[in-house]
Amino acid sequence: MALEAFLPAALGHSMQSAPDATTERAGVRLLLIGAALAFLGFFLFLPLVTVFVEAFRKGISAYWMSLAEPETAAAIHLTLTVAAIAVPLNLVFGVAAAWAIAKFEFKGKAFLITLIDLPFSVSPVIAGLVYVLLFGAGSALGPWLKSHGIEILFAVPGIVLATIFVTFPFVARELIPLMQEQGTGDEEAAISLGASGWQTFWYVTLPNIRWGLLYGVLLCNARAMGEFGAVSVVSGRIRGLTNTMPLQVEILYNEYNAVAAFAVASLLAMLALVTLVLKSLLEYRFGDSIAARKH
Amino acid sequence: MDVSIRKVRKEFDRFPALDDISLDIRSGELIALLGPSGSGKTTLLRLIAGLESPTAGSIFFGDEDASRKTVQERNVGFVFQHYALFRHMTVAQNIGFGLKVRPRGTRPPASEIRRRASELLDLVQLSGLEDRYPHQLSGGQRQRVALARALAIEPRVLLLDEPFGALDAQVRRELRRWLREIHDATGHTTVFVTHDQEEALELADRVVVMSQGRIEQVGTADEVYDRPNSPFVFGFIGDSSSLPVRVEGGHLWLQDRTIGLSAPHVPDGPATLHFRPHDVELVDGCGGCLAGTVVAARRAAGKRRVELEIGGRHHRLEVEVPAEHVTAASSRIAFRPVRWAVFSDRSFSRQVETPAVAHARLKQEIERM
Repeated sequence: MALEAFLPAALGHSMQSAPDATTERAGVRLLLIGAALAFLGFFLFLPLVTVFVEAFRKGISAYWMSLAEPETAAAIHLTLTVAAIAVPLNLVFGVAAAWAIAKFEFKGKAFLITLIDLPFSVSPVIAGLVYVLLFGAGSALGPWLKSHGIEILFAVPGIVLATIFVTFPFVARELIPLMQEQGTGDEEAAISLGASGWQTFWYVTLPNIRWGLLYGVLLCNARAMGEFGAVSVVSGRIRGLTNTMPLQVEILYNEYNAVAAFAVASLLAMLALVTLVLKSLLEYRFGDSIAARKH
Repeated sequence: MDVSIRKVRKEFDRFPALDDISLDIRSGELIALLGPSGSGKTTLLRLIAGLESPTAGSIFFGDEDASRKTVQERNVGFVFQHYALFRHMTVAQNIGFGLKVRPRGTRPPASEIRRRASELLDLVQLSGLEDRYPHQLSGGQRQRVALARALAIEPRVLLLDEPFGALDAQVRRELRRWLREIHDATGHTTVFVTHDQEEALELADRVVVMSQGRIEQVGTADEVYDRPNSPFVFGFIGDSSSLPVRVEGGHLWLQDRTIGLSAPHVPDGPATLHFRPHDVELVDGCGGCLAGTVVAARRAAGKRRVELEIGGRHHRLEVEVPAEHVTAASSRIAFRPVRWAVFSDRSFSRQVETPAVAHARLKQEIERM
């Protein structure tokens, strides 16, 4: 839309002697646009195309065969399971954190906001290592849990924990500015009309934040399925058991099984594309309520 | 429903927003809380609603201590400055919200809620807009819907926080008249907050003038306008001119001259004389009056506003003279305030002079002779 608005104005001005202060000469414009497109093509578009080209190099049947291979199927299943646990939990945690930060005043609020950003600023590998230290054989918790038959590390719970840690900020980050901008007026109106806390949340707050929430969940889900670093530390890479899709891609690639590696990678790339399309649709359809999030 | 505010104090971070406020509101009264921003008027309104809780003191609805109850239990109708309509609900759903969230036992059936919403829309003169969304309405219409929504729960007290603050002047005036009509028709005890004195004086049965967390004066429009009881109220309500003077032996002095006004109840010492620019009479000679040099004059509707410089310290004040009175710059004008008040700078002792008071005092003096 910015481009549509920009072009006619620029064309109109090119015929006049004194151009607008905010436009550039045609040559400069072409150079800038060309540079940007070349960069995008080389660094984003080309790799994406390569993924699909490599995946289908030996034909569609080879593509399906490599996806149906038991270890790969298990990895897809595990990734979906982990996302199905981590995303709903982060949805609840994110809404709770955003609610607390946006609607209440309390001591240590600034600290909490910084803490929410921690997973973004810490390397995912470190996040994984933290869980190894917490639940590993050398820790205080690890042996105790093990004696009670609970496996955290090198098992699904560890992968889920690491994924939750890494993807925690998405929902909260999305909602905090939105809820802060909306203020507490609607909630006050609802309780003055006799609504209970739950009714206020359900009928007033949630509908007000629904698009921002969906947006946050989409991003959270994309990251949950694509996370590599933290998961690779805690998973132990047991084939068919604790390998998620990104880990499986790496293993297959290291075994020179390019078609299978790129087939799995294409699924992840598809996920990214679907997420982006949904996100753009949401922005297009509900731009106003989502825009509130961007300061 | 009588509302009684008893010795209420409210602190935010140890800063007193309200300082020992007491106020009795009679059932069915329309009360305005008037004051500049930061005077605590909105805080007081939110305390009555239960959206804030007092640091000390209590608030009674009738005989019952409402300050121990939650917002939901108080059953008040609250109208916000920025409407706070639920944007994803239609007008009818907004109005019906308070009924829909009632517990199962007391919740009316959906058809009854819908009927009630239509009825209230008729009352606020928006019939037929049931299925619109808030963003499809004008500001004035939104505020009417907000009021209908507040009325739907049959509130014991109706509270409005700067209800017309976000609207333009013409809509404000129209809604003001309309709110008065609604109030007279429904008879709810109503408290509204405003910083617009015209709105307060025109609309309210009684005006509560507030400043810096305290109530300065409570009274009818006539009382607060004609007999302000503090320099603040005098300055805040209506136009006013003030002049630093000195009280000696019950007479007002400006430097070495007496100005022909007496205030026997004000202690000797520095004081400030207040009067309204239009409450003056021009006099010819000046034996015991005020006289000043014209600095500027401008035409104001049917009158002429003159800015005068008075006394050795060149204090400036404004008076109103008839339009036909020619005022050249640097010419001199002599006048005497007809209604005025003088407040001692040292304490709260004051003398308020209005024609009625002056008349009564004159009669007393004649009787004494």
